[in-house]
Amino acid sequence: MSVSKVVTGNYAAAYGALLSRIQFAAAYPITPQTFIVEHLSEFVHDGLLDADYVRVESEHSAMSAVVAAEATGVRSFTATSSQGLALMHEVLFLPSALRLPIVMPVVNRTVAAPIGIWCEYNDTMPQRDSGWIQAYVEDNQEVLDMVIQAYKIAENKDVLLPVMLSMDAFILSHTVEPVEFPDQEAVDAFLPSYKAEHAHLWPEDPMIIGSFTPPEYIQEVRYQTDQAMKAAREVIKRVTKDFASAFGRNYGGLVEEYRTDDAEVVLVTLGTVTSTARDVVDEMRDEGKKVGMVKLRYFRPYPFEEIRKVAEGVSAIGFYDRSISYGSGGPSYIEGRHALYGLEIPVMNFLAGLGGRDVRVPDIKLMFEKLLEAARVGKAKKDIVWIGTRGVEP
Amino acid sequence: MINIKDLPDEELFTAGHTACPGCGVALVVRNLMKVLGKDTVVYLPANCLLVFSATYPLDAFKVPYLHLLFENSAVAAGAIRRALKRLGKEHVNVVALAGDGGTADIGMQALSGAAERNEDIIYVMVDNEAYMNTGIQRSGSTPFGAWTTTTPVGKKIMGKTEHKKDVMKIMMAHDVPYAATASPAFPADMLKKFEKAKNKEGFRFLQIYTTCPTGWRAPSEKTITLAKMAVETGIFPLLEYENGLLTVNYRPKGKYTLEEYLKIQGRFRHFTPEMVEEVKRWIDMRWKWIRTIEEGQKVVSGGE
Repeated sequence: MSVSKVVTGNYAAAYGALLSRIQFAAAYPITPQTFIVEHLSEFVHDGLLDADYVRVESEHSAMSAVVAAEATGVRSFTATSSQGLALMHEVLFLPSALRLPIVMPVVNRTVAAPIGIWCEYNDTMPQRDSGWIQAYVEDNQEVLDMVIQAYKIAENKDVLLPVMLSMDAFILSHTVEPVEFPDQEAVDAFLPSYKAEHAHLWPEDPMIIGSFTPPEYIQEVRYQTDQAMKAAREVIKRVTKDFASAFGRNYGGLVEEYRTDDAEVVLVTLGTVTSTARDVVDEMRDEGKKVGMVKLRYFRPYPFEEIRKVAEGVSAIGFYDRSISYGSGGPSYIEGRHALYGLEIPVMNFLAGLGGRDVRVPDIKLMFEKLLEAARVGKAKKDIVWIGTRGVEP
Repeated sequence: MINIKDLPDEELFTAGHTACPGCGVALVVRNLMKVLGKDTVVYLPANCLLVFSATYPLDAFKVPYLHLLFENSAVAAGAIRRALKRLGKEHVNVVALAGDGGTADIGMQALSGAAERNEDIIYVMVDNEAYMNTGIQRSGSTPFGAWTTTTPVGKKIMGKTEHKKDVMKIMMAHDVPYAATASPAFPADMLKKFEKAKNKEGFRFLQIYTTCPTGWRAPSEKTITLAKMAVETGIFPLLEYENGLLTVNYRPKGKYTLEEYLKIQGRFRHFTPEMVEEVKRWIDMRWKWIRTIEEGQKVVSGGE
């Protein structure tokens, strides 16, 4: 029987790993991720989790260890945040090209300078080209459910890519919410144990993993990794459905649409801002304003078709971003414009909550008002709008 | 104890690799693999060995190997060993084969962490005293005065201005179960150390002197001679650290002079008498330390 507990996002992430029966974990502390590896160590020391738990000397070593363990043939896990992810950057490119299905929650935290510990996506967004599947979650239930789904997706033979699970610092990591814990048997039925058929380091079946490769062969590796990322789209949709039938929670696949059917304008969100935006949509709908929302659940693979389809039915669309590519725009906006190429509607970018600043109801209302105005005029006054920035007119 | 005649004929590191003539690394790895045997997994960082042993689709290793990066050999090897144990493959040796730059410099953090955790692996530092794969740049393990492409012999500064970093001493400071230095010019001692490392548990460290004729600007037929000279002149002591005690495996008998050692290597061609004196001072200082430890051990254990 599943049970309900009131837990933090970090506990949900660690418990997701426990239920996924991980066999190897590498741990290095960094705020606000630390509780994930602390809880894991408790599970191991209490005998609840039978896994190798290695307290390494850096995040670079943490990622190196999980890649090596996964290459040897065991289900591996680590977690990090911010500077830790930046330190891992060099290692991140290996499991994707070597096709090693690691799962790693990343508690999104601002990358210095200035140093801060609160939520920003300038840690995960710069890693979007490293070949990891990237999911963004909204609440603690989704954290737990997505760890389990992430292994199911990653280990699918058509995918075999690592998954990065992005969860907002403090808003999820340190905030308690009621979470339903599925029972172990149900998870075991959904997620069978890992079979390392395509990659292992066993003397009885010798294999080279990561050999020095000349130009005659590397381009094919790049193509195959790209194909795998594309194939992940269908696998994600299938796993979402299978998870829904096994556990009763359906997250909608690559995106979740909310009141988009007859919407005039739509805001594309990601992370915890989604919950606030959902309330704002309801409130503005009550006022007769036709607003809708799309929750971007996966940034890699990017849901081009889904975003395009929604945009084709509205008069203006906006993309919320919690990080900035300097001089260009938010990553979600940049990607969204790519998806909407040639579509003649105003496409706007709203930058808010950088460095962990709260994104409040009035902030999101303002985003919708700007979109409604752009829809009326047929053009946005400003394409890129900074919300709630001292000395800056939104 | 294993001896040369006992080594199996089967090559686990086969001919056909593309190492330079006289490469000390190829020689050492070939013999090491014979001692370790088939049930071995190799981790290679970015180094010459990776390039000359296995450029896709060719491969000189008959055992599985993993390459990930330059600086993570010790942690990666440790993770492989843990995963193998978990899969019930406890009989499999895991060995990391890293160079001196990959060990003394960029790999030091991971090495120290793995040694402190006592990861159950054999870590081999093939020491050819510079970054050879990238084209002979100075490493922390490059000796004093040596020419490299980043310590050129200029009008103002000639060669490396610092002495060689002592990684063996650093490993001793970690109190690892086994640490040793070895030279291919002393094959019986080297094979004994390979075998000891294989049969022990926990973190095992081997620093092997591996001549690099290309990088040292030395004749390729002098590989073994140079390895012998390095030990005889006291530049590269043959040591063993076990159960907290240091053993000197060979006492230099002065068969070669330091000048002879320096003379046949182009990397030392510019040496002035003052530079030779500085190397002598360094050798004496290091041997004084070694003797101090030896004497101290005798006193503590009651004059044995």
